[in-house]
Formats: sequence, structure tokens, C-alpha cells
Amino acid sequence: MRSFEEILKLCEVDLEFHEAVVELESRESGKSEDLIYANMSYMLDAMEQSVNSAINADFKGRMMEDEARRFERYIAQRDVPLSGKFIAKASHIALSVSQYNANMGRIVAAPTAGSCGILPGLLFAYRDLYGPSRDMLVKALIVAGGVGEVIQKRATLAGAEGGCQAECGAAAAMGSAALVYLEGGSPEASAHAAVLTIKSLMGLVCDPVAGLVEVPCIKRNGTLVSLASLCADMALAGIRSVIPPDEVIDAMRRVGRALPESLRETSKGGLAATPKGRELEKKIFSEVPPMAEI
Amino acid sequence: MALLDIIGPVMVGPSSSHTAGAAKLGRLARRAWNGEVNKVDIFLRGSFASTYWGHGTDKALIGGLLGFMPDDERIRDALEIARQRGLEYRFFAESIDGAHPNSVRFVIYKEDKAMELVGASLGGGVIELQEIDGFSISLSGDLAAIITFHRDQPGVVAAVAGVMAEKGLNIATMRLHRQGRGGRAAMVIEIDGELKESTKDEILNSHSALMRVIFIPSPGGDVR
Repeated sequence: MRSFEEILKLCEVDLEFHEAVVELESRESGKSEDLIYANMSYMLDAMEQSVNSAINADFKGRMMEDEARRFERYIAQRDVPLSGKFIAKASHIALSVSQYNANMGRIVAAPTAGSCGILPGLLFAYRDLYGPSRDMLVKALIVAGGVGEVIQKRATLAGAEGGCQAECGAAAAMGSAALVYLEGGSPEASAHAAVLTIKSLMGLVCDPVAGLVEVPCIKRNGTLVSLASLCADMALAGIRSVIPPDEVIDAMRRVGRALPESLRETSKGGLAATPKGRELEKKIFSEVPPMAEI
Repeated sequence: MALLDIIGPVMVGPSSSHTAGAAKLGRLARRAWNGEVNKVDIFLRGSFASTYWGHGTDKALIGGLLGFMPDDERIRDALEIARQRGLEYRFFAESIDGAHPNSVRFVIYKEDKAMELVGASLGGGVIELQEIDGFSISLSGDLAAIITFHRDQPGVVAAVAGVMAEKGLNIATMRLHRQGRGGRAAMVIEIDGELKESTKDEILNSHSALMRVIFIPSPGGDVR
């Protein structure tokens, strides 16, 4: 599926967002709709496993401490955290899964490994607080996948090509659309939630310190769940992006291309190039076991 | 498979290119070698050489050589497991002009036998086998495959395809590579389904220009 327009056109003829995505996918790949649902159901199981493992795992970072655990303790102490129960929980899960990924845990890339915490954060915080059926969660995952596919086709999902807007940004947009579905919003509202999210982080750079998926990637997973949630609420309230959804994604592609190479996963700019970033990089490389050069 | 490209793959972190792709490359090398790997030298190129440690690329490559899939959590302990299973490995860094930025060369040894393979991780966990024993080819590893080495002569393709038709093997893709007219040539055939070892000799004997045939089992299958 190459556009939101294509998906929403099918929805006009009485389909839900996820049904349109599955129909288009089936048409393009020749796979049966049952197989597509089964595949996504498998991915939801794998995602749930990653959440369960990640929440119980201790994190040993090269640069940062176990911030997921710290946040968990903080949430437990407060009746209602300032950002609300849902966002706090989603953020805790997102931090945990992202830390787990950095420690070579088994995760689902959604859409990438570096942004793998956001979608499980939103989906499983929603499950824990609002108790949707498992079937609803599979369908929400398909909504997210459809949004990701439009971004992949019209822009990119690779930080090296489009910056972090293409990884954590895309994950947040996907999650925002999924939340709208779970809350009973229209397909159009899902599309707008996705692009309201993208509009708010357009141009976000990919600047990993020492080239590792740790600083700032893990915390970006933890923070962007909040933007996704708020944009879902706005879309549910009927707020619409003035710029049509597909045009927002096209702008995202052009902005990504306009980013200098130093801000596209090369660790030459942004936070990676700060004095502290450089210091951490130097320390990490000094710990690397020597390898014979030939 | 488009949706599964977005939601998925299930993998051991932290990087789809440097960890999941590396594990797939190790496993593809094992599939091409078609046996337990006991001794291997691994030459890392480009970004694999400079950032291997932070992404567990070494563990992923060794895990793949041990037969682990990219989502197998044993990858984390692959170096230790290799020692327990008697897989001897050495890592080197090499810089080669024109090499893919995320690529690796394996040299697998056993007594008087050796095989050299070059592969690249193209991003998002997608890989490509680029060379076998000095011969440039292109293979994704997504399916079972037959690779023939032969002299560039008329009738080779027909002879090999004839054996395959007889065995009911469906050709998914086919690609010819040659080093010059009448010179050394290779044919890479991806097939649906699995290969039987006995078919290998029949293919080898189907034309006098054929010198060598390599079978690569499907990604889900392992060495026999």
C-alpha cells in the first residue's frame, strides 16, 4: 500500500483500516487474508514475550543505567504520575523493551530494532489498563503495520536514510494510529493521528553515541509514547492535519534527504558529537578487545 | 511479505543489520559449507569491523555458524558455546577497496578442505552472499539453492534444468555469472522446497562442462 488515500478509499466502502490493509496486502502478495492475520498474531505473541522478558530483565548498559527500573519505582510511589497512568506505563514498557534490545534480548523490530519499544509500550499499556480483546490487539498491530508501510513506500524507515524521524518517529506514528483504532476511532482519524505525530517530530536526527543503539535511542523510545498518545486523543477529538496525510509523509521524505550525513546514523553530529558523547565514545572504543588487522 | 517487513522480524538485538543480518550470514555460510563448522577465520570489513563489538556482530556471526536462527537467544552466549562445541574461530579486520560497508569474509577449514565465502548485510536483516571461492555471485539465502561451477559451454543450463524437471524441482529464480565467454561460469538456481543429496551427483554428471555443484538447504533446514 503506497498511500493513506488508497487505504481510506477502501474504507469508504465500509471497511475498517485494518481490513483495508489486509485486503491490499493480500492483493499485492497473493497471500490469503487468514495467513496475514496468523502472521500478525504470531508477531503479537513474540512482542508480548519480549515485554514479559524485558520487564523482568536487569539492564547492563555501556553508557546508561537501568532507567526502566528507576522509572518503575517512581511510578509505584505515585498515585497518578504527572503524565498520567497510561503514558507512564507505556513509557516504562518502551524503556524496558528498548533496554532489552540493547542487551541482545529477543525483540520484534517494529519497524526497526532501534525503535522496538514504542509499539509494545503503547499496545500492552493499553491492554493492561483497558483490557481489549486479543483480537483487537492483533488488528491494532495491523493498523500500525499499514501506517509503517505507507511511510516505507513514500519515505523510509531507515535512520541512515531519513534520521530518527524514520525509526522512532515512524514507530510513534504507527502506535498513534493503532490507539485510535483501539478507542473506536474512524480510519480517517487513525491516518491523521499518524501524521499529527510525524508533524511534531519532523526532522528528528539520528545521532547515536559511539554508534550504539543506546544513547539517545532508549530514552527516545520512552518519551515518544507520549506524543503518540496525545496525537491519538487529538485525532479522536476530530482534530485534522491541514496538510493531507500523504503529503506529510512526502515532506518527511524530503526532510530526511535534506538532513546532512552527520545526522543520519553516522555518529558524526548531534548528541554523538558533543564533548560528553565523544568522551563516552573514546572510553567504549578503548574497551574493545584488539583484533588483528590485515 | 510487506507487512512482515514492517512488524518483524523477531530477532535478537540490538541491530537488524549488524546483529540479525550477521547471524543470517553466519548461518548461510554454514548452509553452504553443509556440515558442522569446526574451524573458521572471519574477516570483518567496513562498519562490521569498526562497530562489531557494540552490536554483538561477532556473537551473531558465530551463532549463525553454530546453526542458530537470528531470533535465538543463545546468540548472546555464542562465543562460549562455540568453545564448548569445539568451534575454533579467529577474527580479523580487513579493508578491501569497493567492498560493501557491512560485509564479511569467511574461510572455513576442515583437514585439506576449505571454502571461502563473502557476504554482505544490506540493511533490515536482508543479506546477500556475494562470493564463493573467489567467484562473484548473488544469492539472498531466502530459499534453498543450487550453485554450479562450470565452463561456459552450450547446453549446461538445459542439462541442469532437465535433471531438475525430472525430480519435480520448481525453479524460483536463476542467474548466470561468467568470467568471460567460454571461461569459468557459475549458475545460481533458487528452488522451492528441499534438495536431496543424491540429486547433486545427477546434476554434476548431466554435462561434461560441470565441475562442481554446491547445495544450500532452505533457511529453515540445516546441514545434513
